[in-house]
Amino acid sequence: MNKLVSLVSGIIFGIGLVISEMVNPAKVLGFLDLFGNWDPSLAFVMIGALIISSPLFHVIKKREKPIFVEQFNYSKNKEINNKLIIGSALFGAGWGLGGLCPGPAISSIALLNINSITFVFAMFIGFYIVKFFNLSKTS
Amino acid sequence: MNIVNFTPITATLGGMIIGLAVVIFFLFNGRLVGISGIASNALTEKDNKFDNLLFLLGLIIGPIIYSLFTSKEISITISNSIILLIFAGLLVGIGTRVGGGCTSGHGISGIGRFSLRSIIATITFMVVGILTVLIKSFV
Repeated sequence: MNKLVSLVSGIIFGIGLVISEMVNPAKVLGFLDLFGNWDPSLAFVMIGALIISSPLFHVIKKREKPIFVEQFNYSKNKEINNKLIIGSALFGAGWGLGGLCPGPAISSIALLNINSITFVFAMFIGFYIVKFFNLSKTS
Repeated sequence: MNIVNFTPITATLGGMIIGLAVVIFFLFNGRLVGISGIASNALTEKDNKFDNLLFLLGLIIGPIIYSLFTSKEISITISNSIILLIFAGLLVGIGTRVGGGCTSGHGISGIGRFSLRSIIATITFMVVGILTVLIKSFV
């Protein structure tokens, strides 16, 4: 059953990305163009997501365990270090260059757009580089 | 600053749907959605591999299901420079893994549970993203 939940959560997430138009890099770049022609939509996507997720997280966390698996499994890392800042800054630079972050990039594979598929491929190489050189662990 | 292309209603609605997907995944499977983590772990780790792949498959078929049911065409505008997109993809792949999350993992799941680490990461990638777009507008 938890496999079905994974698939369905992905589908719902993907539909949310389409309705909010976050699959469209032009829309995302519009948000980041704060000093030019600004499109505040992305902020409303985050607010919409947080209105639903934030209160429910705090209710669900009080449960002894999730419904289909034995225990909750998520990062409780509270460390604020150079890796967090440098990694997030690199991500921000790539996000500002292409207008794509991981979710919308993967969802847009459905549109068979050669540019977004190229982006996803490069992103996967980035994941492998971090894994290979163990960059997420070393400080 | 001029405000353009602003779509607050579809943005908030799409965001709420994304929030719902995150809540379902947490309640049933005990995990917090972070797309960069799910995608990178699906490629490089054995744990939860099948779950992660199913979630990614869902992300891709979500938009297809949406356009089948609404017969709306999804249009995206993306940079035509392949070199720029490869560079952006590498930065996003490396940055999200070094920084431990992306727009979903830090921006929605992390902020949703009031993680200071995620709030700092989100501010960092947004500020750098905004600066990147600003610099791009001059070159």
